Order: sequence, then C-alpha cells, then structure tokens
Amino acid sequence: MLTSLLDGLFDGISIGSVLLLAALGLAIVFGLMGVINMAHGELMMIGAYTTFVVQNAFKSFGKPWFGAYIFVALICAFLVTALLGLVLERGVIRHLYGRPLETLLATWGVSLILRQFVRSVSWVMVLGLGVFCVLYFGAMTIISRMPNVEKIRGWARIVLLPLSAGIAWAAGSMLGQTYQLAATKPWFGAQNVDVTAPGWLRKGIKLGTYQLPYVRLFILVLTIVCIIGMYMFLQRSAWGLRIRAVTQNRSMSACLGIPTKRVDALTFAIGSGLAGVAGCAVSLLGSVGPNTGQNYIVDTFMVVVVGGVGKLVGSIVAAMAIGIANYMIGANALSPLVSWFPQLAGILEFFANASMAKVLVFALIVTFLQFRPAGIFPQKGRMVDA
Amino acid sequence: MVSQTVSSFPDGTQPILDISNLNVYYGESHILRNVDLSVGPGKMVCLIGRNGVGKTTLLKTILGLLSPRTGNIVLEGHSLLSQTPDQRARLGIGYVPQGREIIPSLTVQENLILGLEARPQGRQKSDTIPEQVFQLFPVLASMLGRMGGDLSGGQQQQLAIARALVGNPRLLVLDEPTEGIQPSIILEIEAAVRRIVETTGVSVLLVEQHLHFVRQADWYYAMQKGGIVASGSTNELSNHVIQEFLAV
Repeated sequence: MLTSLLDGLFDGISIGSVLLLAALGLAIVFGLMGVINMAHGELMMIGAYTTFVVQNAFKSFGKPWFGAYIFVALICAFLVTALLGLVLERGVIRHLYGRPLETLLATWGVSLILRQFVRSVSWVMVLGLGVFCVLYFGAMTIISRMPNVEKIRGWARIVLLPLSAGIAWAAGSMLGQTYQLAATKPWFGAQNVDVTAPGWLRKGIKLGTYQLPYVRLFILVLTIVCIIGMYMFLQRSAWGLRIRAVTQNRSMSACLGIPTKRVDALTFAIGSGLAGVAGCAVSLLGSVGPNTGQNYIVDTFMVVVVGGVGKLVGSIVAAMAIGIANYMIGANALSPLVSWFPQLAGILEFFANASMAKVLVFALIVTFLQFRPAGIFPQKGRMVDA
Repeated sequence: MVSQTVSSFPDGTQPILDISNLNVYYGESHILRNVDLSVGPGKMVCLIGRNGVGKTTLLKTILGLLSPRTGNIVLEGHSLLSQTPDQRARLGIGYVPQGREIIPSLTVQENLILGLEARPQGRQKSDTIPEQVFQLFPVLASMLGRMGGDLSGGQQQQLAIARALVGNPRLLVLDEPTEGIQPSIILEIEAAVRRIVETTGVSVLLVEQHLHFVRQADWYYAMQKGGIVASGSTNELSNHVIQEFLAV
C-alpha cells in the first residue's frame, strides 16, 4: 500500500509540475497584472508547434545534434510566444486595461484566431501577412513622423488599410498560382502532429516495480528552473522591482518615473514566453494539435485562483495539491486508505477515473473557494488599478 | 489678493511652474475653472481650501494623472500637456500623495530605490540612495529591511517624502502630508520640508489644512468651487481667510 501511495504521490507531483509550468505564465499575466488572458492556452499551443518546427529542423542535422534540439526548442518557444504576447499586449490588451469583461472576450477571440491560424498557415498566408504588415505599419510609421499627423491619421488608415490588404492578397495569389500546392498547402493542417522526445528522454529510472520516466523528471526540473528564474528576476532585477511596483500601484509608480507601459509590455511578454515553455514541455507528453492549449486553460486558471491571485508560492502549492488530488482520486489510490470507512471508499471508487476525478477535484475547489475566496495565500497589497 | 500667473517675478526670476487658464472636467462635471497658479524657484507655495474644492484634482492634473480640457501647464519653460506622468517625474516633479501610497509589500529600501527612477536618465546602475535622505529622516536608516506596509503613518510619510527626494526633483508636490499624523511627527515633517527648501533650493507646492504648516509657506493660493479666489503672502494671512478656507 505504501509503494502505491508513493507511486501516486510522484505521479501527482509530476502532473502538478506540468500544471504549474502551464500556470506560471498565467500567474504573471493574470495573477500580477490582473489580465484574464483566454488565449494563454493558445500561446502554449504555439510553443508546442514551435517545438515541432525546431525538431523537424534538427532532424536534418543528424543524430548527435537531434538529442539537443529540446534546448533550442525551449529558447525558440519562449522567444516566439513572448514576441506574440508583446504584439497581443500592444495591439489588443493595452486598450482594455481595467475592463475585464472586454479583455476576456477579446482574448477569447484571439484564441479562436490562433487556433484557426495553425490549421491554415501556409507560405501564401505568411507572405500575404508579411506584405500587409510591411506596407501598412511601414506607411503608418512614416506618417506618424510627419507634421500635423493627427489631422491625417484617420484618412491614412481608411486609405492604407484596404490598399495594403489588396496588395497583400494579390501578392499571395500570385505566389499561389506560381508555385501551386507547394505554396498553398497548410504547414500543419487540422490533424495533430507528433513531437518525438530526444533519445535520452525516452528512458527512465526503475524504482522497484515503478518506472520513473526521464521526460517527467525533465519537466519537473524545467518547472523548478523556471520558478527559480522567475523568482530571481522579480526579486533581484531592476525590471522585477518595477514590475512589482506597477502591479501594486500603477498610478503612483508612474508618478515615480517608472515607464508603466513598457513594464506592462515586458510583463505580458514574459508571461506569454513562459506559456511557450510550458507548450514545449507538454509537447513531450502527447501529440500537438490546435486544441492542445484548451486542455490546460481551465486547470491553469484554477491553480492561480486556488493559490491566491498574485502569489507565486500559492500557485506552486495549488498546482501540486490539484495534481496529486487528481491522480490519487483518478488512480483509486485513496480508497484503500479509507477501507475502514466503506461508504467513503465506495464514493472514492465511483470517482476513480480521469474525468470523474476532475469533477470531484473541481467540486472540492468550488467548496474551498466558498470558505477562502482569496485562495490559499490571499493578496495583501493592491491589485492593478487601471 | 488677485489670482494670476506671472511671466516673471518682481526679482526677475522665472516661475518654475506656471499654470494658466486650466479647466478640468470629470465627464461633464466642470471641476477646475480657469485656474492660474505660479511657483517661483526655491519657494514654498501652499494651496488651501475646504474639502472637495479641487485641490487634489489640480495636483493630479499637474502630475499628468488627469488631462485638462483647456489651459497649459509649464515646467521650467516646457509645456507638460503632452507628457505622461513618468515623463513628468523625470522632468523634475516629485510627488508625495495624500495617503502616502507607499508600496506595501516592498521594503523601505526598495521603496527608496523606486524614487531613483525619477532622475532625468531614469535609474542607473551606479545610482545609490543619497545620504542626505537619512540625515533628514534618521528613522528610515534603521528600517531599510522592513516592509513599507508595516511602518506607522508618520514613518510612511517620511518615507514618501524621502522617496520623492531621491529623484532630485525641481518641484516637490505634497498633498496633505500631515493628514492622520500624530502632532509630534507633524512638527518633524514641517521642519524637514522647510529644511529641504532652504538647503536644496527645490520649489514646493503644498496642499495643507494644518495652519502652522501653512504659515511655513512663502505664498498661498486659496481655492473655492474649483477656482483660485485669493492669493498672497502667508505673512498676510488674515483670520477671515483662515476661517473661510482652512475650516473643514
């Protein structure tokens, strides 16, 4: 019984570490900034697809190099999703601070766009988007440097938007007609794709009857590294201090000379980058598809809310608690412990599968939040106020 | 007792802060009406008036937290209207807000380091907290590791002033610094602000209800219903003005 309990404990910690890695970025974006980013799961998905692309690139380099692709993929996933997060913050979220409902709806819309994007993305689409961005944003940048810019900005948008879109569409069509299927074929399509873990991650440590997979250990170590890295960044760096100040009192921080807009953009980019790292990690556990992020979004919000919004330590405790509870209930590891109370053991057996375990854990979370609505570690300071 | 801005003072000096014809609205509510106000270099100017007349609104507009519908705010010859609050701070406006607004979960030292951000080039790696701050407020030196939220009201007020000072401001804006502070600490804060003006030459714009502190200023402006209705030297503060504008 003790062995199965330890097995369950490790599996629970392992699931919890994946949850925590996925929730870490959200703990920054939702926890510290107060932004409900429904596209967080899709940022994870983009991170997973980035891993797939890097893996394919490394396949051509041969075996010894292929073993190291995961480290390059982690960096690329962070950078790609951080950049995407930066664009999302500057293009959408910046205009919606202090309006949670609008933020929720807008980011949900972004999540749908991103899911469709990975299904449809092809060379034609990339070229079209590239041409549009160069023409529209390039022209707007030139116009913004002209005198009396305010008078012509509105008209410039009305003229440039259809003009840039038209030229971009024409360029895409020409590419499609010239290169046919090679240019129009979607890169990934609607089907899931598989990321192959490097050889050294496919083994495991044998502990008695139990096999401890290296992949799970790798994710556990990656989670610890990310947490320590985030903690050091927030507590020791100048930008970390600025982030902590702005998230507690935005207007006072601005009056102290802190560039709050740059802090917002940086915070969101880091949170998004962490989602990309999480996406890279989950790509090692199963196939990657447009809906990969959807499987994690509810769990990650639960982790942040149960832990206490704005508290990294709360997210750690909550992720481990939810992960262990999920596994222990789902794997029926708890009912032998309460065999002296047959009614309770019967109830636990009823919930002993993955989906029912989730139902019970969520029911427990809802009950817990009735008594501690601010989570395990409630926030003492002020949340972001604008 | 005429309220008007000055392009230069009688001694020929230019005002460090010059506000002209300022009108501010909250939605359609007209809050500040044609406000004109000047602060001379090295001078301490006090803004008085009953609660709700628009004193804090005026300060927030100077700081860039609110936008005026008409009028101009000029700091040392530069219009501030297009500047964000952080840019205004780096141009030399130090702010001590009503209620102090210390960042509670940062230590005293971290709160002071944040003040360095207001220096013209932002906070540089080589920047350190100036020793003069601890000479003005010795109590802070022994509390560097404590959380800002754990300090008493008086200590927080001293920290708020010190935090504004480490940015080397040209204009220090204080919003009711004695509010909710015990009398003995009020005298310490008064003395410290007076010493700051005398030793550093920084100009001070003060909103205050405490008569003793008001008398420390060189000049006063009295506000009523969102407008400046009287101004003059604090030496000439009559009982009538005190009763009309300082009684809460």
